[in-house]
Amino acid sequence: MTSTLTPVRSKRSQLTKGQLPKYAPYAVLGAALIVGAAVMALIGFNAFGWGIVSALLFAVGLVSWSAAAEGSRKAKDRLATCLVVGSFLIALLPLISVIWTVLVNGIPGLLNPGFLGNSMNGVTGVYDNRAVEEGGPVLGGVYHALLGTVQITLLATVISVPVGLLTAIYLVEYGNDGRLARAITFFVDVMTGIPSIVAGLFAAAFFFAVVGPGTKTGAVAAVALSVLMIPVVVRSSEEMLKIVPNELREAAYALGVRKWRTIIKVVIPTAISGIASGVTLAIARVIGETAPILVTAGFATSINSNVFSGWMASLPTFIYTQILNPTSPANPGPSAERAWGAALVLIILVMILNLAARLIARIFAPKTGR
Amino acid sequence: MSKRIDVKDLNVYYGDFLAVEDVSINIDAKSVTAFIGPSGCGKSTFLRTLNRMHEVIPGARVEGEVLLDGDNLYGPGVDPVTVRSQIGMVFQRPNPFPTMSIRDNVLAGVKLNNKKISKGEADVLVERSLKGANLWNEVKDRLDKPGSGLSGGQQQRLCIARAIAVEPQVILMDEPCSALDPISTLAIEDLINELKDQYTVVIVTHNMQQAARVSDKTAFFNIAGTGKPGKLIEFGDTHTIFSNPVEKATEDYVSGRFG
Repeated sequence: MTSTLTPVRSKRSQLTKGQLPKYAPYAVLGAALIVGAAVMALIGFNAFGWGIVSALLFAVGLVSWSAAAEGSRKAKDRLATCLVVGSFLIALLPLISVIWTVLVNGIPGLLNPGFLGNSMNGVTGVYDNRAVEEGGPVLGGVYHALLGTVQITLLATVISVPVGLLTAIYLVEYGNDGRLARAITFFVDVMTGIPSIVAGLFAAAFFFAVVGPGTKTGAVAAVALSVLMIPVVVRSSEEMLKIVPNELREAAYALGVRKWRTIIKVVIPTAISGIASGVTLAIARVIGETAPILVTAGFATSINSNVFSGWMASLPTFIYTQILNPTSPANPGPSAERAWGAALVLIILVMILNLAARLIARIFAPKTGR
Repeated sequence: MSKRIDVKDLNVYYGDFLAVEDVSINIDAKSVTAFIGPSGCGKSTFLRTLNRMHEVIPGARVEGEVLLDGDNLYGPGVDPVTVRSQIGMVFQRPNPFPTMSIRDNVLAGVKLNNKKISKGEADVLVERSLKGANLWNEVKDRLDKPGSGLSGGQQQRLCIARAIAVEPQVILMDEPCSALDPISTLAIEDLINELKDQYTVVIVTHNMQQAARVSDKTAFFNIAGTGKPGKLIEFGDTHTIFSNPVEKATEDYVSGRFG
């Protein structure tokens, strides 16, 4: 019996003929960077221009090489890849830039002794001047502002979550897309677009009218923030309730369970992870608001732990006042340092909230597994 | 623990649209009744009117009477929730509650209604219901695992266990096997045969062999055309419907010469 096996000659597979080698994009990138640097050297070097020129050279080089070697379909694919990756990098640029700037400028402020534990009470320009002239430590901190931000945001959440969630439940479960439901949806959409300063003025005017002129407390700010927060909570909860399968509601009804019990025990638990993360993101959205807090809670330099009386500081207004009215007009450096530190604290706070949203979503998510 | 259902001159509307016209039917206690017919002929709609589940759909309403052992489901002051706790329902697609364990799914009818139940009683109820649904041996070691982790056929039997845990008089099944493989289908059919010792079972099916296998009586529904109301064409012993129907339309349908 003769063998039917013929030895396979080692050669390049016919199936991969006409493809660019794997290293092609890297080779083109390297060439683009070198040529880009050369071009920039002619017209005056800067890093930003180098990046732009190299990116353009890379795209042109890779696409034309691909068009020559692989044909037009593959070249279009490469072009699309270049555009997608390029857009992604452009979108990422401001984010990285912001985080970098805040980190570089904020860390010295954050590392000042007692920055998180002290307020600005009693810190005057004299100390700042001394810190600059004699190299002493920068005194003062954000404790009062951090406390104010946390309290105001917490109160705003306590106000907006019940209102927002109940509105969403009405819209999804009881509204039947009737006239009232459509009116509510319309006004919620309008509320989403309200400029934050208008929300602040509304809250201020409301409390002036109800409590008395000049009422500026943390609670007023919380009302202003909840005006901004409610539409976000309504919208996100509504979406989450809508995606609860109708079959689950029917299953509960078929067991002889009343509608309100079905909503409380079946619909909301099924949607709770989405609702919770939506609420957390709504908090993250309002925690950095400055304008409505300026007109409603004023700004304070000392610790005020009562949201219902007296002016209250918050991180955004702290940043604003430190930059605009430095504690020592002659030496604004320490104030700027404190402002950047406060900005870093604010960003960390928002980041923690976003992580918390993911954690909450994971903890509450319906369990699967065997 | 089972009651008969008598339907008199029932019309079902969605808004102004007449979906099912003039159905009169007598469903015996402790029997299996199958509804067959082409898609869109109103079998499921009619089934849902038997425990007022159609009211979940906005605009749906009925005219006529549905008597559960002589009591009209649509009489004045009758609470649909009371009706549904006596007439349970199993749906086309298995729908266990994803947030609950297997045990909690079985107890859902009790727990969602906030009835107090001791742990011992709950254990007995869970075991009895799961045994009744032929699922006990497969899940007894993992009662605390989520119900959504079971296979499709197991989930459907879990839904049946959940339905019988509230001890209804009647169980309605809306194409319970259409999303299942043949082996799970067989398990459900065996179960239906056992259920009829205690319950009145009404089942909608597209599978005529299934109707022939499981039911004592069969009702054939049909529509004259799109936009026309569905009607009950013929109702009788399953054997008669499949071997010697009175109506020409029934014969065409069961012999596959439809249309």
